[in-house]
Amino acid sequence: MDTLERKTTNPSVAEGATLFVEMNGIVKRFPGVLANDHVDFVLRHGEIHALLGENGAGKSTLMNVLAGLYRPESGTILVKGKVVNFSSPRDAIKAGIGMIHQHFMLVPSQTVTENILLGLDKPRFRLQLNEYDHIVADLSERFGLKVEPRAKVWQLSVGEQQRVEILKMLYRGTDILIMDEPTAVLAPQEIEDLFKTLRAMVAEGKSIIFISHKLHEVMAIADRVTVLRKGKVTAAGLDARKTTLQELARQMVGREVIFHLDKKLNTPGEIVLEVEDVCAENDKGLQALNGLSLDVRAGEIVGLAGVAGNGQRELAQVITGLRRCTDGCVILNGEVICNRSALVGIQRGVSHIPEDRTGVGTAPDLSVTDNVIMKQYRRPPIAQHGMLNMQVATKFANELKESYDIIVPNVETPVRLLSGGNLQRVILAREISGQPSLMVAVQPTRGLDVGAIEGVHRLLLSQRESGAAILLISEELEELLSLSDRVYVIYEGRIMGEVKIGAGGSSPEMIDTVGLMMTGTPLEQIRKGEAERNV
Amino acid sequence: MQAIINILQAGVASGTVLLFATVGELFAERSGVLNLGVEGMMLIGAMSGYSVALATGNPWLGVLVAMLAAGLLSQIHAFIAITLQADQVVSGLALTFLGAGISLVLGEGLSKAGTVSLLPSASIPLLSQIPFLGPIFFKEQSYLVYIGYLFVPMAWYYINRTRPGMHLRAVGEYPAAADALGINVYRLRYLYVFIGGVLAGLAGATISLAVSPGWFSEMTTGGQGWIAVGLVIFAQWDPFRAAVGSYAFGALRRLILDIQGPTMLLGMRNPFYYNPYWGFFLQMLPYAFTIIVLVIGSREAVRKRLGAPAALGNPYIRGERGL
Ligand SMILES: Nc1ncnc2c1ncn2[C@@H]1O[C@H](COP(=O)(O)OP(=O)(O)O)[C@@H](O)[C@H]1O
Ligand SMILES: [Mg+2]
Repeated sequence: MDTLERKTTNPSVAEGATLFVEMNGIVKRFPGVLANDHVDFVLRHGEIHALLGENGAGKSTLMNVLAGLYRPESGTILVKGKVVNFSSPRDAIKAGIGMIHQHFMLVPSQTVTENILLGLDKPRFRLQLNEYDHIVADLSERFGLKVEPRAKVWQLSVGEQQRVEILKMLYRGTDILIMDEPTAVLAPQEIEDLFKTLRAMVAEGKSIIFISHKLHEVMAIADRVTVLRKGKVTAAGLDARKTTLQELARQMVGREVIFHLDKKLNTPGEIVLEVEDVCAENDKGLQALNGLSLDVRAGEIVGLAGVAGNGQRELAQVITGLRRCTDGCVILNGEVICNRSALVGIQRGVSHIPEDRTGVGTAPDLSVTDNVIMKQYRRPPIAQHGMLNMQVATKFANELKESYDIIVPNVETPVRLLSGGNLQRVILAREISGQPSLMVAVQPTRGLDVGAIEGVHRLLLSQRESGAAILLISEELEELLSLSDRVYVIYEGRIMGEVKIGAGGSSPEMIDTVGLMMTGTPLEQIRKGEAERNV
Repeated sequence: MQAIINILQAGVASGTVLLFATVGELFAERSGVLNLGVEGMMLIGAMSGYSVALATGNPWLGVLVAMLAAGLLSQIHAFIAITLQADQVVSGLALTFLGAGISLVLGEGLSKAGTVSLLPSASIPLLSQIPFLGPIFFKEQSYLVYIGYLFVPMAWYYINRTRPGMHLRAVGEYPAAADALGINVYRLRYLYVFIGGVLAGLAGATISLAVSPGWFSEMTTGGQGWIAVGLVIFAQWDPFRAAVGSYAFGALRRLILDIQGPTMLLGMRNPFYYNPYWGFFLQMLPYAFTIIVLVIGSREAVRKRLGAPAALGNPYIRGERGL
C-alpha cells in the first residue's frame, strides 16, 4: 500500500516524554496456550504506538488485559504513574482507557446515539435522545467522523460502525485508545480517513495503540512499534523512522521473509465457470446477490474483492451448490450446476476452500484420514463393494500428509487438534487431490501465519499453472492484487467492475480504482470522472 | 348483545392474568433469558396468594406474598441459567415441575379451607358509560385489571424510552457490548428474571384472588403459563402487542367456556352443549395455538425475523472465543 505515506511524526514523542501506560511482566494463559509470556509494554503521551505480530501472537490478549476484560496471572500495570488493578472494562474506561475490538461491540438494533450513551450514568432515567443526538453530531464533526446519530447501527456500513466505536470512546473522554486491527474491515480510502482521524486525535494529546499484522500500515501510521511473537516481545518500542520493513518482518516472523511471488505468465484457456445474473438471499431472507455475473477461465486466478458482507459468502455457496439461487444460473463447462446439489458440483470437478474451516471445511472430531477422503470415498480404490477400504484410505492420507507438509503425529489424529495452518493444508490437500477444474477459495489465508500464507499462495499458483480455473474471494486486497490475473469488485451483491492485472503487477491507480468500487462507485462512473478531469 | 358484552367483560379480566405473565416473561426474554417456568411460578403465586389471604384476611397481602414467592422461585432458574450457564430450556421445564410440585403439596386441603375475602372491584365513573366499550373495560372490574391498563404503557415506556430500558435491550441483544461498557450483564439478567417471576406470581394471584377465585390445584392455572410463553413470541417482544394478544386470548377462553352453557345457540340446538367432544375440541384450541407458535418460534431464522432479542437463550461468558 504505497499510497499511505508517512505524513507527520509527532515531535512530542521524544525520548523521555511522559509515560501513559507501563505494563510489566504480564502473563496470561489460556487452556493449553501461554498467550502472553512476561510481556512489557510502554506507551508514551501523544504517540501512535503499533503493536505488531502475526495472528495468534497474543496482541489482542495483551490489550484485553489493559482494557480490563482479562485479568493477568501476574504482572503490574501503571497508568499515568499509578498502579491500577482493573476488575472490569468499566474501571479501565474510568482510567481513560478505551478499546475498540476486532469485532465491533455495538448493539445492532439500537441507534448510534443509544450505543454511545450505553453504560453511562447520564441521562439518569428518561432518554431524551433528541438532545443527545446534537451532542453526538457536534462531536462527530469535531473529529471528522461522519455518521448520522439517529441511524440504527445495523443500517450502517462497517466503516461507519467503526466511527461509532471511536465516537463512543471520545464521548467517554478516553485519552488512551486501543484499536484492534482497525483496518481489516476497511476499503483503502476509508483507511486514509481513519488515519486522518487518528492523527487529529494525537494532535489533541491522546495516545493510540494500533494493533496490526500489516507491515505497510504500521510503517505508515506509527511513531513507535512493539513486536510480539508467540506471546513474547521481540522488539520493544522501536522508532518507526529508524527501522525498515524487512527488520520488522524478521522480528515478527523470526526469519527473513520474501515479499515476492513467483507468478509465471499464463494464457488463460476456455471459460470454465460462468455466473449469469445470479440472485440469492442471505440467511435472514434479504437479497444478498442482485443479478451478479462473472466468468473464470481455465488457468487463471480471478479475484473477488469487496468489503466483508457484500455477498461474497452467498456467491461461493451458490457456486458450490450450498445455497439456492432465486434467479439466473451458474454454468460449469457448459452444464448448469446451480440449484442441484453439492454432490453434482463435486462430481463435475468443483472444489471449495470454505471460509469456515471447522464448521464447513472439516469435521473437527474426525481423523485426518476421514477428512481427506470425504470427496473420494464413493469411488474406487477407497470404495470397494460398498465398503471403505481403510488400508487404501490410510495410505492415501499418508501420501497427502507427506506432499502437503501436514504436521501431525499420525493420520488418525482428530483434525480439531491441528493448528490453523495445518488444518488449511488438510483442506487444500483434499480439494486439490481431486484434480478440480474449478476451485472456489474463500479467505484461504485468513488467520494463518506468514509461513502458512506463503504455502497457500504457492499451492494456488501451482493449480493455476496446471490449468484449473480459480475464483479467489478475499478481503486482503494485497493478496488479491498479487495473485490474480483479473479482479472483480463486489458491492451489495453486484459487480462494480473488473480490473485486469498485467505482467507488471498492480499499480497505485489500480488500488484507488478498486477501493472506490469497494465503496460502491461503479467502474463506468470512475472512468467518466477521470475523462472529465482530463478534458 | 348483552351476552357478548358479558363475555368480553369477563374476557378482559381473564386476559389480565395472561397480560401480567406475558409481560413478565417479556422482560426476562428481553434480557436474554428464556424462562419456560412461567406455569410453575404462576401456580406458586396462585397458591401462596390464596393461602395468605385466607390466613390474614387481607387479599393485598396475599398478592404481595404471591409476587415475592414466585420471584424467589425464579431465582433458581436465574442461578442455573446465568451463573451455571446451563441449558435454559431444560432448567425452565424443571422449574415448571418444581413450582407445580411445591404448590400442590403446600396447597393440599386449601380448596376446602373456607372462604376468602377477594380483591375489590370498581367501576370507573364516566368511562363506564361509553356505549359497548365502557361496560367491557371499565365496569365492575377488579382493581388489578385497571393496574394492568396502566402497566402496559409503562412497560413500553420503560423498555424503549429510559436509560435502564436501553441497558435491558443491550444486554439481550449483545451482552458482550454491554459488558465492554461496564454494564453488569449478570446482575441485570438476574434482576429481569426476578421481575418476570414477580409478574408471574401476580398473574397467579390474579386468578386465585380475583378472576376465578379459589385453589383448584394445577387446574387453577390450567396451562395459562404456557400460553403466556407463546404470546411473547406472538407479540414479537412488544408490550402493546402482548396486551392485545392477552385480552384476545382471555376473551377466547371465556367464549369457549360460556358457549358450552346454553342449550340453544342462535336459535339452534347448541352442538357444544349436547356433544361434549365439540367442547373438548374448542378447549384444545388455545393450547394448539401455543404449540404451533412455540414450534415455529423455535426456529432460529424465524425468531430473527420476528425480532427476538439476538442473545435470547445464550448464556453470557465473558471473554469467550470470538469476543
Ligand atoms: N478466549 C480464549 N480462549 C482460549 N484461547 C485463546 C483465547 N483468546 C486467545 N486465545 C489463544 O491465545 C493466543 C493469542 O491469541 P490473540 O491474543 O487473539 O492473538 P492475536 O490478537 O495476536 O492474533 C492464540 O493461541 C489464541 O488461540
Ligand atoms: Mg487479535
